[in-house]
Amino acid sequence: MTAPTAPTPSAESTAPTTVPGAPELHPSKGLLHDLWVVARRGLIHMKRQPEQLSDATIQPVMFVVMFAYVFGGAIDVPGGGNYREFLMGGIMAQTLVFTAFGVALSIANDRKNQAVDRFRSLPIARGAVLGGHAVANVIKAILPITIMSITGYVIGWRIRGDLVHTLGAYALMLAFAFGMIWVGVLLGSLVSTPEGVNGIAFVALFPLTFVASTFVPVSSMPGPLKVVAQWNPVTTLADGLRELFGNPNTPVQPGDPWSIAHPVAYTWLWVVGLVVVCAPLAVRAYQRSIAS
Amino acid sequence: MTSTSPAIEAVGLVKRYGDKEALGGVDLSVPAGTVTAVLGPNGAGKTTAVRILSTLSLASAGTARVAGFDVAEHPTEVRRRIGLAAQDATVDPLLTGHENLTMIGELHQMPRRSAKERATELLEQFSLTDAGSRVVSGYSGGMRRRLDLAATLVARPEVLFLDEPTTGLDPRARNELWVVLDSLVGSGTTILLTTQYLEEADRLSDDIVVVDHGHVIARGDARSLKRQVGGDNIGVTVADVATLDDVCAVLARVTGADPVVDRVARTVTAPTTAGVAGLADVANALAASGQQVEDLSLRQPTLDEVFLTLTGSPVDEPDAAQEVVR
Repeated sequence: MTAPTAPTPSAESTAPTTVPGAPELHPSKGLLHDLWVVARRGLIHMKRQPEQLSDATIQPVMFVVMFAYVFGGAIDVPGGGNYREFLMGGIMAQTLVFTAFGVALSIANDRKNQAVDRFRSLPIARGAVLGGHAVANVIKAILPITIMSITGYVIGWRIRGDLVHTLGAYALMLAFAFGMIWVGVLLGSLVSTPEGVNGIAFVALFPLTFVASTFVPVSSMPGPLKVVAQWNPVTTLADGLRELFGNPNTPVQPGDPWSIAHPVAYTWLWVVGLVVVCAPLAVRAYQRSIAS
Repeated sequence: MTSTSPAIEAVGLVKRYGDKEALGGVDLSVPAGTVTAVLGPNGAGKTTAVRILSTLSLASAGTARVAGFDVAEHPTEVRRRIGLAAQDATVDPLLTGHENLTMIGELHQMPRRSAKERATELLEQFSLTDAGSRVVSGYSGGMRRRLDLAATLVARPEVLFLDEPTTGLDPRARNELWVVLDSLVGSGTTILLTTQYLEEADRLSDDIVVVDHGHVIARGDARSLKRQVGGDNIGVTVADVATLDDVCAVLARVTGADPVVDRVARTVTAPTTAGVAGLADVANALAASGQQVEDLSLRQPTLDEVFLTLTGSPVDEPDAAQEVVR
């Protein structure tokens, strides 16, 4: 550090220079500090835009009510058991997939509002902006997880597993949300406008959550669709949560793929894959999208 | 900073986007504590230059030092010492004015409490105290610009970059902003501002650099530039269009120039280098000849006229493609 100003004989040596015309130079407080400042901004955004939170709050509640009471009567869980309890794992999985959508939207909005330029003109630690988005969105994901748990309880869903398995379920949910953040960063960096993000989310994320065991057992699907659904991480996340919570689940048939037999392990592999493969790609795409 | 070395120094800045050249070798030198205006039309390369100097963009060739540090090699050191107000206000629309300024203070690594105090202080300085607790999306264009300007001052920067600070503002908001900028100019901060208005450059800056198509085509203070383009214009608007020719003759005699007659607007315009004295001469001559005049004015040449003289061609129509490339 070359400090161009002469040291002032001040009692507080740590105080910044306040000579008129001299800049206030403060030593860097590091990545975590900057990251948290940016994350706090993301949380304020969440508070001020409740309508954007609807895909994490009202929408899942709506799906619960719709499937539990409208379609639910017509759907049988192959292994027997209450459909409403079967449903909750699926809705939770679907909601977590939409985490990506929220991240993509905030990344696209940052670019639209030129917040990106503002941040880049400030002496911020490298990675703080993206890290701030990630942290804010993990915190954001806790809200729908909580709302789903309460809604589920109201309609008769119960946690029937032990404490270790229950903690495992919530840990898997947070980890999956963290993985989906990088999908969101990639999406937000590749698509140039918030409107584009909306469009892609509708044609890509939405079907992804339906060709899965989210609402109906995979075993009822026709050939090719069934294969897609069996390897779809949304299926295994839903099934994994059902297993960990001790809820009714489709029994594993002989000939079912490994992903269906070991849904929790398979979903964790996806989380690792998203973080190891998708995150670096996302960071590179993000950096390319803000460079000029 | 020692006062002998310039606060901003650029040598041969080139910026290419694909095969398009936004900057074609620009040299700049801004002494510490002075104000330089970069004057030019849309697409001239003003914003590109500011982006390179403020570390947002890397030059394709050439070097630049800001506040004593190379912008490409030590961007963080540069960022600690500069403030940037981009062309469109980049304050966060979902945060309040106070939250915006506090966040920027914290990202300048100030302790949270001093960042908050500084935010309050700046809101007061920019007459935004009442609006400070409101969300920025409800601000008027002028308020947003003022907040943006306040945001650049949070860390008391050595060097300020203001990219078209008054573009898009109505005349009243522009005047208010000018008053704010005047006070900054007096505070010893080095300022580089870009503008499309000669009037603004003249009013706020010590030196003016005129750019066109990525090249510097003239530089100097407002006085010398205006001398280059033939000084001010005296404009006469007559009440009766029939008297236009007589008035034109008077104007030609007094100024010694060849006046331009606009019959539709009922005006006669002639350049003068004599300033207000020239205007007085014209007024006296018109009074002596008994001509009825509706309006008599002395005005500075417009950017159009400056460009007409310097480049021989009028300002290009804003090119949409060039606007997007920044």
